[in-house]
Amino acid sequence: MEYIIILISAVFVNNVVLAQFLGICPFLGVSKKVSTAVGMSAAVMFVMALATLVTYLLQNYVLVPLGLEFMQTISFILVIAGLVQMVEIILKKISPSLYQALGIFLPLITTNCVVLGVAIQVVSNEFGFINNEVIVDGVAQVSHMMNLGQSVVFAVCTAIGYGVALILFSGIREQMELNGVPKAFEGVPIALIAAGIMAMAFMGFSGIV
Amino acid sequence: MSRNSKLGLIIDGIIKNNPTFVLVLGMCPTLGTTTSAINGLGMGVATMCVLILSNMAISAVARFIPDKVRIPCYIVIIATFVTVVQFLLQAYVPSLYETLGLFIPLIVVNCIVLGRAEAFANKNSVIDSACDGLGVGLGFTIALTLIGLVREVLGSGSAFGFKFIQGDGMLAFVLAPGAFLVLGYLMVLFRKITKKA
Repeated sequence: MEYIIILISAVFVNNVVLAQFLGICPFLGVSKKVSTAVGMSAAVMFVMALATLVTYLLQNYVLVPLGLEFMQTISFILVIAGLVQMVEIILKKISPSLYQALGIFLPLITTNCVVLGVAIQVVSNEFGFINNEVIVDGVAQVSHMMNLGQSVVFAVCTAIGYGVALILFSGIREQMELNGVPKAFEGVPIALIAAGIMAMAFMGFSGIV
Repeated sequence: MSRNSKLGLIIDGIIKNNPTFVLVLGMCPTLGTTTSAINGLGMGVATMCVLILSNMAISAVARFIPDKVRIPCYIVIIATFVTVVQFLLQAYVPSLYETLGLFIPLIVVNCIVLGRAEAFANKNSVIDSACDGLGVGLGFTIALTLIGLVREVLGSGSAFGFKFIQGDGMLAFVLAPGAFLVLGYLMVLFRKITKKA
């Protein structure tokens, strides 16, 4: 049940682009064609699931026991950058066709704040709809923090939400290419205004979870 | 003459290379933190501090960094300063730290900071890089404060926390859609004023 809530919450209610403003640069940059939008979404999902898994383990089994939480930002970004590089090398070796499809998007993902943003969110935020039982000093307590499985599911669902927003938006932009736009509005401004109207539509989902 | 060129660097950063309205970089904090003028100002200043410090540090050490590993090195330098700024905010302005939240650590992946390191700081002197950081940082701060101000006036009828209209404003401008709309229209206005279109 709570996995369904995570899915609905991450895809529609708290959509990562339209409600939380993460990953706007690629959202505006690679949304001119539906095909590139699909490639980018797939690459983001792949990297985000891996990055969240690794950073969750890093936080809970290395940084917290050693009292090094202040190294969170530095260590997370290094791990993500290393991970992206590694995925690129492995893909090139074992699946050249997938590398062809995702290759150009991978370097862009290091500086995509969705990945770092979600990695930080799952280890530091409390989520109202999560009620895990944890044992603290032999006493069972309710925790609103996500566990490992929920974190990875949350990352995948966030990536689905990112993909939904990106692919819908690229469809709108493909249509917009065909219409005349006043010169001062060309390019980014009209895209932002269209995104604003889309965000208004997504506001309709608020309150579901 | 040299003073003029330093001033020119700063003014370029504010107008000709304005990171928000012209280069369209660092959109996430621009949209995510500008719910009020104060929040926009706070985010702008935090980013400016990181930008100046990282620009200076990178221009000082760029000669010693091998070309192949320069990006990871820059990211580590930037992340260090972001962590410093994060703890300073947490200690001295906890309320602002709470509102900006996730976007403070995300300064690390703000493309403006890495962009200036790559495009300017690694081939110019420390002083010039500091001026460039100051100019671009000011351009970013001005843009964020302006967006925050417009959203605050329309959305809650106040400016810099000073309420001058009774009752609620148009709530949509404080929420997500307003951010996109205000930035879009301000960008059009900026283009009109600077005669780019």
